[in-house]
Amino acid sequence: MKPFIGAILAIFWKDLLAERRTREILGTMLVFALTVILVFVFAFDLSVEIRRKAAAGVIWVTLCFAGTISLNRSLTLERDREAINALLLAPVDRTAIFFGKALVNWVYLLITAAIIVPVYALLNNLSLFSWGGLGVILLGTLGYILTGTLLSTLTLQLRARDMLLPVLLFPVIIPLLLACVRASTILLQGGNPAELDTWLVMLVGYDLLFAAVGLLVFDRIIEE
Amino acid sequence: MILPQALPEETRRAMLNAVNLTRSFGNRQVLRGLSLTVEPAEIVSLVGINGAGKTTLLRVLANLLRPEQGMVRFGSYTPLNAPAEYRRHIGVVMHTSMLYDNLSARENLRFFSRLYQIADSDKRIRQVLEMVALNSRADELVRTFSRGMQQRLAIARALLHDPDLLLLDEPYTGLDQRSSELCEMLIRQAAADGKMVLLTTHDFNQAVAISTRVDLLHDGKISWSSPSAGLSGKSLRATFNELTVFSGSHKGHGVNT
Repeated sequence: MKPFIGAILAIFWKDLLAERRTREILGTMLVFALTVILVFVFAFDLSVEIRRKAAAGVIWVTLCFAGTISLNRSLTLERDREAINALLLAPVDRTAIFFGKALVNWVYLLITAAIIVPVYALLNNLSLFSWGGLGVILLGTLGYILTGTLLSTLTLQLRARDMLLPVLLFPVIIPLLLACVRASTILLQGGNPAELDTWLVMLVGYDLLFAAVGLLVFDRIIEE
Repeated sequence: MILPQALPEETRRAMLNAVNLTRSFGNRQVLRGLSLTVEPAEIVSLVGINGAGKTTLLRVLANLLRPEQGMVRFGSYTPLNAPAEYRRHIGVVMHTSMLYDNLSARENLRFFSRLYQIADSDKRIRQVLEMVALNSRADELVRTFSRGMQQRLAIARALLHDPDLLLLDEPYTGLDQRSSELCEMLIRQAAADGKMVLLTTHDFNQAVAISTRVDLLHDGKISWSSPSAGLSGKSLRATFNELTVFSGSHKGHGVNT
């Protein structure tokens, strides 16, 4: 277990180190996400109440599109000079690559969320923070990244992978996105706690399902 | 040489054994029941026309590609029964450097030393950088390196965990005269330490000069094999042309002599 965790952390730190130098992934994600938020805020002259109602949808759509930037770029880094082969040659369980890449992409997406949620709240004079909301963001982004990392690995060797990833990813994450938006809306506007529990269970189930799928199939899809 | 980790004597003496390998890409069968053995301290040069399947064979042996049929074994390890242990004993240099441009040479090696769980990694990294004469550039980003320097660093990466088997796909590509001599010296040293080396090359003179055996890959199989002693680049070229021409392939395509 120790080499497995060590390999995940090694991949995580390696990607963060490269990102600290280039700032190409996180920088692009933030510029894109903030632009979308600003357009939503300034394009429509909406009442505070409607902005509160729209908050969950706007934030999750922004995170989904920003997330594709990191998913695409993060694995492209491994394709450049075929560094992915050096990872595959390492004497560790290859699913460590899946979890290492997922971890770094998750951190990028959480940083993006940590910036755009307060910005949206500030610009709309809303209070959006709650511990429940934080939990939904953690679970929702995790599920999104697990699915995205798996599918971006599947498209790794394809020429049109940048275009293919959203085409493959978005239909698969519809249940996740639905659960995220509904749970967030209940938390922001109040609602039936039992319904909230249902969506949270769905989020946990989704995350577990795609972590298990990654464990089972990643080795096979990365090799071929 | 300081070993990253002590290996059992049995493993040290183990040989690489590939039996009846087949592999296709679409309708094209690249490997057709290929069998090959490499013994400790052996340097085997693999020659063949472009597209003969040399790189495919190396990828199969490195556990980067699954054969459709056949078996590869290193000592008691196979890619099926102990994939991680099998890979631990292999060092690979391919056409591309398999390095990260935005990390320095040292950072690249530190990353791989963590993946290979190398004890006292800083010492080992200094050692391999010294072996490929890159210690003065250790903290520079790989993207600033020339092609030859990247190739030398790729060799350092392959040697980092002190593997028993080196798979080198055209290791001299992009190297100047001095770097080629350095590479040749490292290969000879590896064999002198009891390691196995399997390398591909298009240069017949080099193949004969460095190896203990030359294998010709043609029609998806090792169609000819000979100890290097008594061979010359010229005689190897003549044999190569004879075998490839008679079976319908174009004469000496892509081959330097």
